[in-house]
Amino acid sequence: MADADSVHEVKRRLADWEAGVVAHQPETKAVYQTDSGIPVKRLYTPVDLAETDYLTRIGFPGEFPYTRGPYQTMYRTRQWTMRQVSGLATGEETNARLKYLLSLGQTGLNIVFDMPTHRGYDSDHPIALGEVGQCGVAVDSLADMEQLFDGIPIEGVSSSLIANATAPILLAMYIALAESRGVPPEKLTGSIQNDVLKEYMGVGTSYIYPPAAALKMAVDVVEYCARRMPRWNTITINAHCLRENGISAVQEVGFALANAMTYIRAGVERGFSVDECAQRFSFHVAADNNFLEEVAKFRAMRRLWAQLLRDRFGARDPRTWMVRFSAQTAGRTLTAHEPENNIVRTAIQALAAVLGGVQSLHTNAMDEALGIPSEAAARIALRTQQIIGFETGVSDTVDPLGGSYCIESLTNAIEEKAAAIIDHIERLGGVPRAIEKGYFAGEIRRVNQEEDEAVRAGTKVVVGVNRFRMDAADTRDIEITKITPASEQVQIERVRGVRARRDARAAEQAVERVGAAAASGDNLMPALVDAVKAYATVGEIADTLRGVYGEYKELYAY
Amino acid sequence: MEKRVRVLVTKLGLDGHDRGAKLVARALRDAGMEVIYLKFQTPADVIRTVIDEDVDAVGVSILSGGHLTLLPRLCALLRENELEHVAVIAGGTIPREDYPALRRAGVATVCAREVTAAEIVDCVRRCVAERDAARA
Repeated sequence: MADADSVHEVKRRLADWEAGVVAHQPETKAVYQTDSGIPVKRLYTPVDLAETDYLTRIGFPGEFPYTRGPYQTMYRTRQWTMRQVSGLATGEETNARLKYLLSLGQTGLNIVFDMPTHRGYDSDHPIALGEVGQCGVAVDSLADMEQLFDGIPIEGVSSSLIANATAPILLAMYIALAESRGVPPEKLTGSIQNDVLKEYMGVGTSYIYPPAAALKMAVDVVEYCARRMPRWNTITINAHCLRENGISAVQEVGFALANAMTYIRAGVERGFSVDECAQRFSFHVAADNNFLEEVAKFRAMRRLWAQLLRDRFGARDPRTWMVRFSAQTAGRTLTAHEPENNIVRTAIQALAAVLGGVQSLHTNAMDEALGIPSEAAARIALRTQQIIGFETGVSDTVDPLGGSYCIESLTNAIEEKAAAIIDHIERLGGVPRAIEKGYFAGEIRRVNQEEDEAVRAGTKVVVGVNRFRMDAADTRDIEITKITPASEQVQIERVRGVRARRDARAAEQAVERVGAAAASGDNLMPALVDAVKAYATVGEIADTLRGVYGEYKELYAY
Repeated sequence: MEKRVRVLVTKLGLDGHDRGAKLVARALRDAGMEVIYLKFQTPADVIRTVIDEDVDAVGVSILSGGHLTLLPRLCALLRENELEHVAVIAGGTIPREDYPALRRAGVATVCAREVTAAEIVDCVRRCVAERDAARA
């Protein structure tokens, strides 16, 4: 970025400076590196950016390669969306939480479902025992979706639905709900996660069917939305959950983009152009502790994706080249000891996401190492974003850390290493083959073992846990929100009531049509929308699809 | 020769959050124990495996909040099948205020707060040794 003569002079002076430092200044760590293992230099200078051409590599926000952000004016025109993940107990309780957060100034909705809903079982199924509404809201039928959004004008707020294996069913319910209120799908804004591949890569919480069937269903959603829901994000490529399971920031970038490439190829096979398929993808990543690397990660991922899409996949529409991000602070960094410290961790992680140029953000609550967020903890988590957005001034200029010798160097390094990971996955035969070969499971195992060992050895510091730890007697717990067995019982009665009241024959026939569509390879979405309108349940539909597609047997590889 | 401990590490219920469970399973294996790892298990599934595999201990990881329902159910089934000698060790996202209820239900110990895999290995060894001593 500087002219050659001046770089040469800086290089000469830097060598002198380094020689002096090494001789006289002892340092505290044996190795300085990011969480991904990228070496961190003592000092970054123009020498590090001598080969980085400003116009082609960094450029302007809203222009290729989008290093500095997807939009020209970023937060000066529009603040990021503050979108707190919410989901607890039944539709009523979650509805109350959503309204509470909206009343505090939250600007988007973000719904997480409980484990039985994720895995396609109704609340009264024996296997759901003890888990109904525990770490998300229980949704068995359209009746629950109606309660969940009661009094919330869905045409006026964007909703994110965190669903994967059951994504087509839950999206169908959201569409049915909107239509019952006279809102056509064309007007809906929001996103469905629908990134089921990452479940097989190593998240392992919400898969049902074998990967090929799951991929087919994901593309059904893309196809349906491309025709009917132009303002809806069809897949939210989710690297955040993989990160929570134990991968590095660099792997997050590489795995997410490799995953996105798989969906594009499946879409192209269905007859889409790359632009039609990928234009409404969004990306969900973590904002973890290693601040500088995290800021650089967002910038590197935008640049890498823009190049991949334009140059390798031949996308022609600039909107397809842009990564639009949502981010979530890192649950895995939260500690059960001294939970108040988690407020500080979350604030710093959220700041990294904002300085990275995120479009929507969830900030974790301080009590999430112990349970689901209490109302008070959820309020502080939202306030954390509002303080960053409205008090600190960091959103007053676009990409304020752009041009930092360090940040740009880390951005370059992350891009290069992530590109190498993508190439490696390609050589393994793409994401589905790499899953079968145990590549992702092996990487997750390796990273987790290394981190566990580093925490044990103290080379990775966790304040209040392996450094500065208080005696157990000095620590106190904060109040934890609990979902009682009584609310599980309420939900069980509710789904049984729905089954008793509906037109049983109509529901049964609608579910049969879903099965027929699956068997013939048709897009499932139209049949699903009809089935949920007949109050067919998640469990009934998922069971029918299990009958057609079979079930996945996970490769544990621990 | 020291007894070779056999342990089942399992995710009970529909909670798939398995990062901790897998890490622990691997650490127990690396420490010389025989490890069986299974996910998405009902309490009845666990009983079958305990009998099939003749394990000394069951390590149960629950992060979904279902621990107060699922763990007492598992312990009751162990008693019904005269398998009380099998130590149940719980981990995951479990608030400290729930520890007494879990212990009363028959859980040998809760090993859930800021522990490394190495500490869990020690914990399993200790629990199994205590159970063996009590039976001897």
